[in-house]
Amino acid sequence: MTGLGSSLALNSALKATSERAPKANASWKPTPARLWWRPWDRDLASPAGRDFTDIMQRNTYRAGPDERGHFGIHGGRFVAETLMPLVLDVERAYAAAQADPAFDRELQYYLTHYVGRPSPLYFAERLTKALGGARIYLKREELNHTGAHKINNCMGQILLARRMGKRRIIAETGAGQHGVATATVCALFDLPCTVYMGEVDIERQKPNVFRMRLLGAEVKPVTSGSRTLKDAMNEALRDWVTNVDSTYYLIGTVAGPHPYPMMVRNFQAVIGEEVRTQLQAAEGRLPDSLVACIGGGSNAMGLFYPFLDDPSVAMVGVEAAGLGLDTGQHAASLAGGAPGVLHGNRTYLLQDGDGQILEGHSISAGLDYPGVGPEHAWLHDVGRVRYESATDAEALEAFKLCARTEGILPALEPAHALAHVIKAAPTLPTDHVLVMSLSGRGDKDIFTVASALGVEM
Amino acid sequence: MSARPASGRIGRRFAALGAEGRAALVTFVTAGDPDAGTSLALLRGLPAAGADLIEIGMPFTDPMADGPAIQAASLRALAGGATLATTLALVRAFRDGDDATPVILMGYYNPIYRFGVDHFLVEAAAAGVDGLIVVDLPPEEDDELCLPALAAGLNFIRLATPTTDDARLPAVLRHTSGFVYYVSIAGITGTAAASDHAISTAVDRLRRHTDLPIAVGFGITTPEQAAAVARVADAAVVGSAIVSRLAAALNDRGQPEPGLVDHVLALVSRLATGVRTARR
Ligand SMILES: Cc1ncc(COP(=O)(O)O)c(C=O)c1O
Repeated sequence: MTGLGSSLALNSALKATSERAPKANASWKPTPARLWWRPWDRDLASPAGRDFTDIMQRNTYRAGPDERGHFGIHGGRFVAETLMPLVLDVERAYAAAQADPAFDRELQYYLTHYVGRPSPLYFAERLTKALGGARIYLKREELNHTGAHKINNCMGQILLARRMGKRRIIAETGAGQHGVATATVCALFDLPCTVYMGEVDIERQKPNVFRMRLLGAEVKPVTSGSRTLKDAMNEALRDWVTNVDSTYYLIGTVAGPHPYPMMVRNFQAVIGEEVRTQLQAAEGRLPDSLVACIGGGSNAMGLFYPFLDDPSVAMVGVEAAGLGLDTGQHAASLAGGAPGVLHGNRTYLLQDGDGQILEGHSISAGLDYPGVGPEHAWLHDVGRVRYESATDAEALEAFKLCARTEGILPALEPAHALAHVIKAAPTLPTDHVLVMSLSGRGDKDIFTVASALGVEM
Repeated sequence: MSARPASGRIGRRFAALGAEGRAALVTFVTAGDPDAGTSLALLRGLPAAGADLIEIGMPFTDPMADGPAIQAASLRALAGGATLATTLALVRAFRDGDDATPVILMGYYNPIYRFGVDHFLVEAAAAGVDGLIVVDLPPEEDDELCLPALAAGLNFIRLATPTTDDARLPAVLRHTSGFVYYVSIAGITGTAAASDHAISTAVDRLRRHTDLPIAVGFGITTPEQAAAVARVADAAVVGSAIVSRLAAALNDRGQPEPGLVDHVLALVSRLATGVRTARR
């Protein structure tokens, strides 16, 4: 950990951007002014003679995507013609819902009374003491109904699917948290639900598979390809293309064709919006840094998005480094991938020189995806968010520390975020306020953790 | 209306078949399935067996619009070492002995994007490729490959589907060239088949919007189905059935049994007879 970002890192990020950027479709380029300042380099004065506020008014990190779904060169709508009219339908229906106050009222009602929002922002006093640096706050998304942030998005999308008159819901899932959240809202609104899940993930997330079945969902094992999340998404797309009239595809992260990355981000932004208010009450100010794990990147986008235009707030997304970035056995698509097109959008992908998609590896099924949401890809290119990674072993250590110091079993996904906090917090001043997204609880992972620790259950 | 002069191998082939008064048989095989040698032998035999146009699948790890048969073909080819470069080499080798049969590459965008669009278009044209079908590039993404391909003198063949309504059709047809590929079912390759009535209604609808030849595919497996399509459309496309016939001639270790090429070509001949005897 080299402190919160260095100008070197930024320069190389910018250089990398211009080298990587393909020529096509750069209709929404960040203007140079966006790159003038480095929000995390707070010891560097803002560029002399620049009216900073003015730049911020004209240039925002929150305006994306453009009308074609692009975040810089990323995003877009790379789907088969059969699906394109459906994707356009979702876009139109979502725009109409956004403009309708009744939609928001309904969503707020269920978020409050069913999901249990707002989730607490908890000052982790013992963790702070143990690490001896930054003041650590945990955004307790694991306390939501169903135990993760995934339900924020599912609630939004199920209400949209109802407005669209859809009669059947499909979803993909990795860790099973999105599948459980989808099965839950489908039970609540009495809609049949089919969840695609890779055979490998079914094996390592058994509790969630049973949970989905109890909730009345059909869990379809996916045996193609690497039998994990990417293949589950392929199968869900194959289902959607076959059942075009009846079916709504409820995507679980900020990926897929436009408008999904934007829509899921907006449904998850409640995380960051609450943090802003809650931290104002607790500390009377903005956070200094935000940390979240990145699978597709929905909990991270939800936390980051409301703060993107607050230059004093640094942000770190933590990818899964698996057995180590240099082993090739990881799921860090920003650190180890290259731009490509999969599942409806352009983004960083783990792929070989021929453009064939590689299998990711992570101890955490929810991070085991060879891509990342297109908005993160763009935030990486422009340097607004810094992306780090944590290995399986580091995540396991973080899991244990969180259990012992705070009495919270985190999911293995946010344990990656915590692994980064463990490295970063001791290097930060004691008045530095760090907020970490504790995106889910770890009950689903106890079998995986036991086997990693060599414990027979 | 989008009408284009009948130029290039695709245009010439449809013009000649039009003069004969019959529809075309378009056959699909995956490049390098199960290995480069077998694949080339198969390709070389297709024209004589009755294939009028040849679609060659570019293998991809994540073929989202394909059913189990073509997914498996893709994975077999990749396991056999196929890449986009070897696919182009295969086309070059085929062209050495056949300068008339149109060749269309079909697949997904990522391998092309990774290869580099400009580089790919130059290499594809030089290899003797006539057209491209890229499943995950709808008209909304025309800047990516469609417009550069047209500029490079290649045809870009668009898929029209049952979900493409009259309002959307003009946009789908606008930059389409060579022919239009009507996907007869909402679904993946090699699963369901559309009724003859549904197909003829759809073809009539397309004809109101375009003068381009219309090919119909997805779900055609028998000579009878191919004949039924040939009566109403300008071409019948058969993919999964051919690929499945190939798979049936592999041994337990995935290696070709003797006679594999002949078995597959025999199926193609039967399909061709179906198409050729169908009178419009
Ligand atoms: C608890 C938890 N956190 C994080 C993730 C990763 O998803 P995302 O990056 O979209 O937040 C998952 C996915 O399954 C999850 O279950």
